[in-house]
Amino acid sequence: MSKLAIEDVGRTFPGVRGGKPTVALEPVSLRVEDNDFITILGPSGCGKSTLLRIVAGLDTPSTGRVMLDGARVVAPGADRGMVFQSYTLFPWLTVRENICFGLREKGMPQKEQREIAAHYIGRIGLAGFENHYPKMLSGGMQQRTAIARALANDPKILLLDEPFGALDNQTRALMQELLLGIWEAEKKTVLFVTHDIEEAIFMAGRVVVMSARPGRIKADVAVDLPHPRHYTLKTTPEFSALKARLTEEIRVEALKVAVAA
Amino acid sequence: MTPLKPIAPGRKAALGIAFFVVFVAVWAAATLGGFVSKTFLADPLTMLREGWDLFAKFGFAGDIAITVWRVLGGFLLAAVCAVPLGIAMGAYKPIEAFFEPFVSFARYLPASAFIPLLILWAGIGELQKLLVIFIGSFFQLVLMVAVAVGSTRRDLVEAAYTLGASARGVVRRVLLPSAAPAIAETLRLVLGWAWTYVIVAELIGASSGIGHMITDSQALLNTGQIIFGIIVIGVIGLISDFGFKWANQRLFPWSLA
Repeated sequence: MSKLAIEDVGRTFPGVRGGKPTVALEPVSLRVEDNDFITILGPSGCGKSTLLRIVAGLDTPSTGRVMLDGARVVAPGADRGMVFQSYTLFPWLTVRENICFGLREKGMPQKEQREIAAHYIGRIGLAGFENHYPKMLSGGMQQRTAIARALANDPKILLLDEPFGALDNQTRALMQELLLGIWEAEKKTVLFVTHDIEEAIFMAGRVVVMSARPGRIKADVAVDLPHPRHYTLKTTPEFSALKARLTEEIRVEALKVAVAA
Repeated sequence: MTPLKPIAPGRKAALGIAFFVVFVAVWAAATLGGFVSKTFLADPLTMLREGWDLFAKFGFAGDIAITVWRVLGGFLLAAVCAVPLGIAMGAYKPIEAFFEPFVSFARYLPASAFIPLLILWAGIGELQKLLVIFIGSFFQLVLMVAVAVGSTRRDLVEAAYTLGASARGVVRRVLLPSAAPAIAETLRLVLGWAWTYVIVAELIGASSGIGHMITDSQALLNTGQIIFGIIVIGVIGLISDFGFKWANQRLFPWSLA
């Protein structure tokens, strides 16, 4: 049985003021195995974030269902950790308190909370910043903390919605390596949404390419590049070949959007 | 001057004090210079002398105490009722739908216009004064607290849900801390309005308090005492404002950093 099964999940938003309903997502199906790292790649507005929000339970599908470990997803829960594109650390909590948010909600004893927080603070390289408020941190540090906050809950699956989208290129590359390092060490099932082709290939075991709106799955490409991955991988011929192929796939879709607009 | 550029704290304080100095200087020039008749406006020195007399001969300290007590009493009563209701309205849309139209309507009812009715219902005792302040503050507080809670960032609420928070957990650990600085700011603002209501309440049917002293002085055409009374209110307001700001900085360091 797959870890996560997305079965014919579609989403139609009702029309505004008598307008036509918008089909954001045509029914899509996707199976994710334990410890898979899957990136969902698509042009903006293709419904990839909608799909991720449905898996998180923050949105309800118009058709189909999402099954996690054989149980149907109906609402958000601690078994699916999420990292958003916007900075969603709680501004009134310190880095450590943010990471402990879910643990405290579970009623875990203080001592255990601090141990887990310390472990992840070390992992994301923020030792010494435990008592800083989010406002005092850079964007990259905030997103690292958000990743730690999601992981501290020990979710069955980690959902990332363009988590590095707002970061500059250099920071973004460092964050990719950091997240990949964490995944290689801790083994998690990950669903990662992005519109960046290089990022999609570098991170993934499988890249799922989505079409322009209404979104559907256009291609499912396995990335058989060895782990652990290093940034130099991005300049190898194998990487370039994959990038050329996916660039072509995405370009067709982006063109459709541009022509339609 | 560059737009929005901050200035050094020392200069900021100096500029703030400078305006008070200019204000008093203009006032002194107009009155002591003989440009304005003493009947209409007392000069600063007379005002200070009258103020001294008020404390020394007429027990003004007692008037101040009773007015402060009324403001705080009425305001705390309103806050204790309004803040929880506002939080409930901000957090739960059905509760908001139920109360919001009425509160919006009631908010425009002028508290001072209720004074005759309140005298009829509650007499001219302390209860009536407290009720005027209560009516003046309660509805404003409810709406502003509801807005503060309701405008919590949705992505923070969603993040809390994905971290396993329950509905109650979201109210307690996201909506409340997120809205707390805005609620404190609302309290500070409305306390200022409460001061206006208390004086109005004391102008009519009161036998003590700063407002009562002002009405008495009016009968005697003692503008020095009136102005002194008004300044005392201003000073108390300033002190409570500083108190609130100081407390907010201590309570919510994260919102300022």
